[in-house]
Formats: sequence, C-alpha cells, structure tokens
Amino acid sequence: MEKILTKNFELKNSHTVEVYESTGGYRSLKKLFAMQPNDVIEEVKKSGLRGRGGAGFPTGMKWSFVPQNIPKPKYLCVNADESEPGTFKDRYIMELDPHRMIEGIIICSYAIRANTAYIYIRGEFVFPKQRIDAALAEAYKKGYLGKNILGSGYDLEVYVHRGAGAYICGEETALMESLEGKRGWPRLKPPFPAVVGLFGCPTVINNVETVSALPYIMENGADAYKKFGTEKSPGTKMFSVSGHVNKPGNYELPLGYPLKKLIYEDCGGMKDGKALKAVIPGGSSVPVLTAAEAEEATLDYEGLQAKGSMLGSGGVIVMDETTDMVKALTNLAHFYSHESCGQCSPCREGTGWSHKILKRIVAGEGRQGDLDQLLAIADNMMGKTICVLADALAMPIQSYLKKFRKEFESYLCQP
Amino acid sequence: MAFEFTAENKKKFEEVVKRYPQRRAAMLPTLWLAQEQHGWISPEVMEYVAKLLELTPAKVYEVVTFYTMFNLKPVGEYHFQVCRTLSCQLCGAEGITEHLKKKLEVPLGGTSADGKYSLSEVECLGSCGTGPMLQLNDEYHENLTAEKLDALIGSLK
Ligand SMILES: Cc1cc2nc3c(=O)[nH]c(=O)nc-3n(C[C@H](O)[C@H](O)[C@H](O)COP(=O)(O)O)c2cc1C
Ligand code: SF4
Ligand code: FES
Repeated sequence: MEKILTKNFELKNSHTVEVYESTGGYRSLKKLFAMQPNDVIEEVKKSGLRGRGGAGFPTGMKWSFVPQNIPKPKYLCVNADESEPGTFKDRYIMELDPHRMIEGIIICSYAIRANTAYIYIRGEFVFPKQRIDAALAEAYKKGYLGKNILGSGYDLEVYVHRGAGAYICGEETALMESLEGKRGWPRLKPPFPAVVGLFGCPTVINNVETVSALPYIMENGADAYKKFGTEKSPGTKMFSVSGHVNKPGNYELPLGYPLKKLIYEDCGGMKDGKALKAVIPGGSSVPVLTAAEAEEATLDYEGLQAKGSMLGSGGVIVMDETTDMVKALTNLAHFYSHESCGQCSPCREGTGWSHKILKRIVAGEGRQGDLDQLLAIADNMMGKTICVLADALAMPIQSYLKKFRKEFESYLCQP
Repeated sequence: MAFEFTAENKKKFEEVVKRYPQRRAAMLPTLWLAQEQHGWISPEVMEYVAKLLELTPAKVYEVVTFYTMFNLKPVGEYHFQVCRTLSCQLCGAEGITEHLKKKLEVPLGGTSADGKYSLSEVECLGSCGTGPMLQLNDEYHENLTAEKLDALIGSLK
C-alpha cells in the first residue's frame, strides 16, 4: 500500500529539509497560498480527515468553528504530548519526518488564519524536540516560516513549548492552561477552544499525526485521500503495536484494516507462539477486547465501536494467554490515579479508591463485595467530571470485569 | 543562597518571553532553564522565577509541584527512570527495576549516598513498542535486558 505518513521513514536523513524536499515536500504550499483559507477548510472537510489524537473529531469541521469576524489573534496548538499508554507514533513522526508536520502546521494555520503556532511537546521527548528545533531552523532559513512566506504575504511563527511531565496536559484545555504557565487543570467546556482558547483567543488543537496528513491532502486533493480507508473512516492511520507480538512497532494502515491481520501478519504473530488473550485497540483508556472480539474487529472508528471499543489514539496493546488481567487493570488504575489532576472528586477519589481496592485484590486480600464496589465506583466516574480522564479508567474497569470476571473472582478470599 | 541566571541564561530568558503575549506563559521554559543551571528547583529558584515573571512565589510553587519532571530536591548525577506502565510491564519492566535496585544499591525513589545514582519508576514514556525501557537523564534506552543494563551501568563508571 502507498504510505502517506511514514513513506519517508526508511530514507537516510529523512529528517532533513533536503530529503523532505526531494520527495516533494513543501510543494503543496504554492497551491495552498493560491487558495482562499475557507476553501482549504472545505477541502479538508471533504477529505473526511478525523483527529488522530484520540477523540476522532472531524478536522475540517473543527477549523470551521474558529470565528473569523473578531479581531483577536488565532492560535494553533499542535498536541505533541503523546502520553496515552500504548501510543508512540507522534514521536516517530517528529524524529523521522518533522518537516511533514511543519508543512501541515503551515496548512492548518493558514486555513484558520493563525499567525502563531505552538508545538506542545512532552518534557521527556528530548530527542524528538532536538529534531523539531533543527527542522524549524531549516524551515525558517528556507523561507517556509516567518514573514511573508514564499512571497504570499502570509506570516507564521512556530514555537516549541516543552511540557514537564503530566499526562493530563495532553487533554486540550489542560494543554492550554499549561502553555499559559499554570497547572494543567482542564477547563469546563463550553466555551470551546475554537472560540475561547489559548490566551482567551480562538484556538485549534490538533494532534501531530492529524497535522502530518495535511500535506498529502493539499497536494493530491481530498478525493485521493479518500481512496484509502472506508467510506466513514477515510485515510490511513498509524497504529503503535506493543506487548506480546513478535514485531512490535508502528504500522501505517488504511482505516478498516483487520486487527487480526495486523497481529498475525504485519506483526509476525504472537511471541513464543502463545495464544492471544486480549487486545486494547486504541490506547489504555479504551475498553479491552477478548481474543474472539479482536479477531473479528476492523481498525476504523465504526468497526471498533461495533465491538464495544474505540479507535482512540491507535495504541494497540496485545496480551497473550499468560497475562494476568487483574494485574493489568491494577497497573492502569495506578496510572490514572497518579495522573488525575485532582479537580473533580469522582475522578480524584474514584481513581484512588479503585487502585486501592485492586491492590488489595492482587495481594489476595480482596473481599466478596469488592468487584461490585469497583463497578459502582466506575459508574460514579463515568460522564460526571470536567474531562474524560475519569472515564478513561471507568471504561477499562467495566470491560475487564465484564469480560474477565472469573479471573478477578479467583483472586478473592472465599466467604 | 540567592539564585540568579547566568548572563547566558538571562539572554535566553529574554528571548523566551517574547514568544508569548503574556509573561506568565514563559513559566515552563523559565523553570527548565533554571533546572538546567541549578539541577533542581529550590525555594530560592522559585522566588527568582516569580520575580522574573512578575508573579507571587505561590504561583510558581503550584506549577513546580504539579509537574513530575521538576526536581524538588537534588537528584543523582545519573537518574534512572524506569517505565512501569502496562506495555512495559507486559514485557518485564519489574525485572528491570529489581535489577537496578540491586546493581546500583539504591532503593526505589532514592539516591545513592555518593550522589551518583537515583532510581525512580515513571509512567509511560511513549516508547511502548521497545519496552522494557528507561530514561537515563535525557536519553532513552530501549529493549532492555539484564546484560544491556550491566553494560550501560559499566559505561558510567
Ligand atoms: C486525559 C486525556 C489525555 C489526552 N492526551 C492526548 C495526547 O497525549 N495527545 C493528543 O494528541 N491528544 C490527547 N488527548 C486528546 C485531546 O484532548 C484532543 O482531543 C486532541 O489533541 C485533538 O486533536 P485531534 O482532533 O487532531 O485529534 C487527550 C485527551 C484526554 C481526555
Ligand atoms: S476528570 Fe480527573 S483529570 Fe479530568 S479534570 Fe476532573 S480530576 Fe482532573
Ligand atoms: S508503557 Fe512503557 S513506554 Fe509506554
């Protein structure tokens, strides 16, 4: 299959502007500046591109919410916080093809009429940040960034803003708070960022992978992009595969690709020939699939929804028959209770209590009512908080207990 | 002991502030500069940063304590941070931590008496396909085994 996002990954020095240009990079800009910003938005709408950061919101539609009749500046924030467990795709785009992301930033910023973009990168990504810093310097030198880009009269400044270790800052409103120099506490919505965002101004937040798909769409048109994927989930997506497979790594696939084929063919099958037990298909926050469900699932927004899960960030965590599901869930509960920002009681207390109960169960001191207690806590977390971090633990709790209840029961003390 | 940026960092700070329409937004970059210079964020550093950003020290304190990467006390010259989250756990992260505890003779969350090594567990570092893995100061070390760890520690002597 033709690749869109990863096509340069194997090339030597793929991160340099020379190599990027030699593969057609930055060529879409001429076309871009000949278009009206609104027409760019329409083209992206037509492409059917949806956000690759987790929520899957239609990208063109998000951009169209930015009001153009007010004098305030507009901003683009690129979400490079990549911290959803199981996800490691944006890192590779930034390390191996940073110019594709930068070209995408120019396209998005022009469309929403922003003259400033910030790349919010997680603090641990020191090497990807070096690659981006170098790529930005090259792009400025070549006149792709800065004042009057390629004689178009359009100005754009791009800055990298380094985070400092906090999963919650990947949530778009927490990201803006963090950028403004505050704790990463998510904001109540509405107002939505497109209207009141960074520094109180209209703001678009897009994921690295979303932005990196734009050069292809600009260069080849929405129809070419729609040739990939399914009718409702067009295009390609990167899937980060980790866990018990022979060849973990990033795979760019057309949406709608069978999960079974990804595991058994692309990833070379299960490690040590073990049997498949469960798959988390979209980053640790989404409901888990049993082996049987996973083997029937297709990797698109609708296909995974039909199986009761979600495409999320595309982080595919594969677990074999030896996996202890109780320990797996306890690991996630530790993560979410550690990462809760603490603003909402159902999340702060719920993630903490769940973790405490699960630790007790793993230690062999679980009580008979503990599983129902966990479900009751999950119920109190779902949909009752400022952001969806609480749901991100509630969904695993519900799905693990539903699908692997016997395993949890076998841990409990007998009455 | 009062803290102050070096002349070079003062210049860098002036550059950073210009990137944002509000001074406070320079918070994280300024704290990063300070941590690079000082190794950790002491109360004196917070006061200094507050003055630079024209904020109360409390506003700086609440930020420093919110993020895990700002050190509230000095850390060892070599800081091992092992990812403990699910994908790495599935691939044997616990063994990596245990091995380091023994080899470095440092408890989890502690620093060796000579100030050379610190060891901590951290959450997913975005390197799940190459787990188990750890971050040593600024660098990632992936697909770890006991042999690789020994070689790594050996290279630090
Ligand atoms: C707790 C939480 C963590 C998130 N972490 C990330 C992240 O690390 N990277 C990301 O791109 N989106 C993350 N998101 C999703 C963002 O809020 C937002 O939807 C996304 O960046 C929008 O970009 P997109 O439309 O291009 O996907 C997170 C959401 C939540 C609730
Ligand atoms: S749901 Fe949790 S992480 Fe989200 S705002 Fe509330 S307390 Fe913070
Ligand atoms: S789980 Fe260890 S890097 Fe993601």
